[in-house]
Amino acid sequence: MTRVDDFDAALHAHTASAHYCAGGTTLIDLMRQDVERPERVVAINRLPLTAIDDAPDGGLVIGALATNSDVANDPRVRAEYRVLSEAILSGATTQIRNMATTGGNLLQRTRCIYFRDSHSACNKRDPGSGCPAITSYNRNLAVLGTSEHCIATNPSDQNVALMALGATIDVRSVSASRTILIDQFYHLPGDTPQRETSLEPGELIVAVTLPSMPGWRSHYLKLRDRQSYEFALASAAVAVRLNGATIADVRIALGGVGTIPWRAPEAEAALRGKAVSREAFRAAAEIALRDARPQSENGFKIELAKRCLTQALIEVTA
Amino acid sequence: MSVGTPIDRIEGRLKVTGAAAYASDRILENMLYGVPVGSTIAAGRVLEVDADAALAVPGVVAVYDHTNFGTLHSHGSSSLRTGIVDEHRAPLSGDDVQYYGHYVALVVARTLESATEGAALVRVTYAPDAVHNAPIRSDEGGRSVGSHRGNPDAAFAASAIKVDQTYRTPVETHNPIELHATVAAWEGDTVTLYETSQAVVNHKLVLAQMLGVSLDNVRVITRYLGSGFGGKLWPWPQSPLAAEAARRLGQPVKIVVTREQMFMNVGHRPQTVQRVRLSAEPDGRLASLQHDYTNHTNMLDDYDENCGEATTYFYSVPNLRLTSGLAKRNVGSPTSMRGPGAVPGLFATESALDELAVALNMDPLALRLRNVPQRDEGLDIPFTSCHVAECYELGAKKFGWEQRTAAVGSMRRDGMILGWGMAGCSWIADRLDCEVRVELHDGSAHVFCATQDIGTGTYTMLAQIASDALGIAVRHITVSLGDSSLPPGPMSGGSMATASVIPATIDACKDALHKRESAASQEAAVGYGRSNRTFGQDKPEKSSHSFGAHFIEVTWQPEIARLRVRRVVSVIDGGKIINPKTARNQIEGAIVFGVGMALFEETRYDLQTAAPLNRNFADYVVASNADHPAMDVTFLDYPDYDLNPLGARGVGEIGLAGIAPAITSAVYHATGVRVRDLPVSIEALIASAQ
Repeated sequence: MTRVDDFDAALHAHTASAHYCAGGTTLIDLMRQDVERPERVVAINRLPLTAIDDAPDGGLVIGALATNSDVANDPRVRAEYRVLSEAILSGATTQIRNMATTGGNLLQRTRCIYFRDSHSACNKRDPGSGCPAITSYNRNLAVLGTSEHCIATNPSDQNVALMALGATIDVRSVSASRTILIDQFYHLPGDTPQRETSLEPGELIVAVTLPSMPGWRSHYLKLRDRQSYEFALASAAVAVRLNGATIADVRIALGGVGTIPWRAPEAEAALRGKAVSREAFRAAAEIALRDARPQSENGFKIELAKRCLTQALIEVTA
Repeated sequence: MSVGTPIDRIEGRLKVTGAAAYASDRILENMLYGVPVGSTIAAGRVLEVDADAALAVPGVVAVYDHTNFGTLHSHGSSSLRTGIVDEHRAPLSGDDVQYYGHYVALVVARTLESATEGAALVRVTYAPDAVHNAPIRSDEGGRSVGSHRGNPDAAFAASAIKVDQTYRTPVETHNPIELHATVAAWEGDTVTLYETSQAVVNHKLVLAQMLGVSLDNVRVITRYLGSGFGGKLWPWPQSPLAAEAARRLGQPVKIVVTREQMFMNVGHRPQTVQRVRLSAEPDGRLASLQHDYTNHTNMLDDYDENCGEATTYFYSVPNLRLTSGLAKRNVGSPTSMRGPGAVPGLFATESALDELAVALNMDPLALRLRNVPQRDEGLDIPFTSCHVAECYELGAKKFGWEQRTAAVGSMRRDGMILGWGMAGCSWIADRLDCEVRVELHDGSAHVFCATQDIGTGTYTMLAQIASDALGIAVRHITVSLGDSSLPPGPMSGGSMATASVIPATIDACKDALHKRESAASQEAAVGYGRSNRTFGQDKPEKSSHSFGAHFIEVTWQPEIARLRVRRVVSVIDGGKIINPKTARNQIEGAIVFGVGMALFEETRYDLQTAAPLNRNFADYVVASNADHPAMDVTFLDYPDYDLNPLGARGVGEIGLAGIAPAITSAVYHATGVRVRDLPVSIEALIASAQ
């Protein structure tokens, strides 16, 4: 464990088999389960990345080390980006949210049981070893964006909301800084399920920026077995700008059903210019799930996600 | 009088301030830490255990496997016949692997971290065998007939109104918050075991035999328990592992079972499959009842879930047959879980009654009242005290049952569909052997018994009983429990501890008072009391049980497939209630337990490897605080004087029985979906009409 105080030290401490560690709510668990065995852990908690600031051109810049609790309870987030506050508060527990960070959550790993069992085969953890989930326990796994090599779900709530808000991610490396649109941040598993994001080795997430969204309202709806402390079976993050009873613009993302936080651009296109109605929303939900592929146990998630999205749109436009 | 008043737990302050020392809180001088290594196959043999890398970890002092651990005695061998243990084969006593996670090695180190690292580095080579893990069937195993009366086949065939359905309950893992733990310390040839045990006297008996030492050389201590739910009734392998390692190394050894290991090595409620056939007269009177169940068990063990526990006496029916069978599988040994037998059994029979009510177009409450038994028809003897009809009637009144409309989906509130369901419940009431010692000083007293307080209020209840018997305020009474060196007391199981300790405590108090009167000096008078078991009699003259009824409201939102349990009214006929506060805690806890059983809990096993998959608290879903319904619990409080002088029974398990079928009854009323396989899942409900 290397603890660093500034960016230079952080970026230079990082080696090919090192991991940055902020709240540790994912990484430490995985190390204890023998899933992650980094040669070096670079503890970045002391970096000055906890602020939530107004962006110069409107919008909000959230430091990568701002905790989930701080973001969810920030008055600007609650007022202007309600979907993000609701999404974060629907996940985990208060104790975990007090530790987990914005940047860390962007990299949250799947809850697929086989990924987390180091004695089991898993193409994501051990490329080429196989995927037992496809033929066994897959109730909580994905129906969108899957491949024959991996059907693991992205478990995050936060990232579904960020997807619906069109957030951008600022990263820094020893040599450069760059900004990545969240739509381009996550990789589908394809035949390289071990590659989950477009982060390059050594790159450090420093901030997430939310665009200015005057006139928009947003909402997160999460469905699961019990009422608290459980990952989504299906969730929907929706943001909408209304012109009277007409949908001027809309952004939709789904959680719990995709291998990545799942944006639904065709469903959005189908709704633009339409009048607010349950029928229009259900039709959009049908489009959003059009390409869904059920596994042996999780076919119900397709219908569940449709109902979830329909209801989220009803509630956000009510 | 203190008995009958809702006083706070006398040890409550110790618990909320962290001063109460649980087993794993014990840190002894020179103590070592053991971490067992579990197999990664479910069936086969261990060919080789390579400990080199583990032994190279700084702090690791020993790695044991079946080749270098000596011989612990297994249950059923010539030297171990008495006492109860569910996993009969002693740990590391052979090269065979019977289930996934079966301990194949033990790493002992100076720190927990070293032992954990060492355990991860032990390399085990296996010769795997084919895994037996096929789904179980209701007609599987050698069938044994548990009870028979009349001619159920003929009655069933002759009836026009019948139900013939099969119900399934999954594996449930107990998951008390306190992890199972053992701290073993030898002094000469005597071992003290700090344990997580619901039965220290039995634990001592079993461990003495496993270790090959005399009974006098084992002492078992469980001062406090962070719940057990039956999962801590009998010894599990970490206990002899710690004791034997401590003996070999000459230092105390602590083993704390991990949450993950809890899903493999310390028992579970087995899966059951139960076929129920009912037939009835047009007026609802039962004509026949047939109940055929199978539960799984370990390849080497023979655990019977006893699903017919309540079947034979809970209904008035002239023709009845109960049969059972065991299905051997590569799975850890099952064990008692809160309300063993009756809880899954009543899910099946009470569900079938709900289906019969639909078939008869009859109110399910009216059907229950029509079939209330007047005596135990299974044994053909009277009940000591049975007020189940009053439970039904009072519960219905408190719930507002008369406003129920029978049609599916016909009731609504706040835009949600309401489902109202109900079920009855029952559980045995009996007494076990018990001895108590009371030391009476001037104005204060000290009560001693080996029985345990597993979080349910036994300390407090004993203080209340002694207070009344001695005429001394509760605050001047000290209670010592949970130590096998004290006068032998009962297990904290079967809801029998309360009924068992009452006669012995009262007698000990009387004896102490008598001795002080006759004694010349002012020294403490020591009184003894002893009472005998009623449980397990060959030919009992009366049948003693607790009874109850649950009424449950669920809400159903088909637009988001969301089902929630909102409201539960429970009326319990549990004899005289010693402490209404701790008793209500038991019923309320059991209701929440039942919400988990009905809606969430299922230990899932991999179809190929037979490994329990969701072996953590994120993936094994139990009810959270947010899932608690509003609860209204009433005790009828009729004393059952056949059981003891105060007329108390026990209330630890009765509250769970009947909750799951009451919930699925409400689910049917709301959704029209009849769930016969627990838990009720979103996937089962989502198919119902929007």
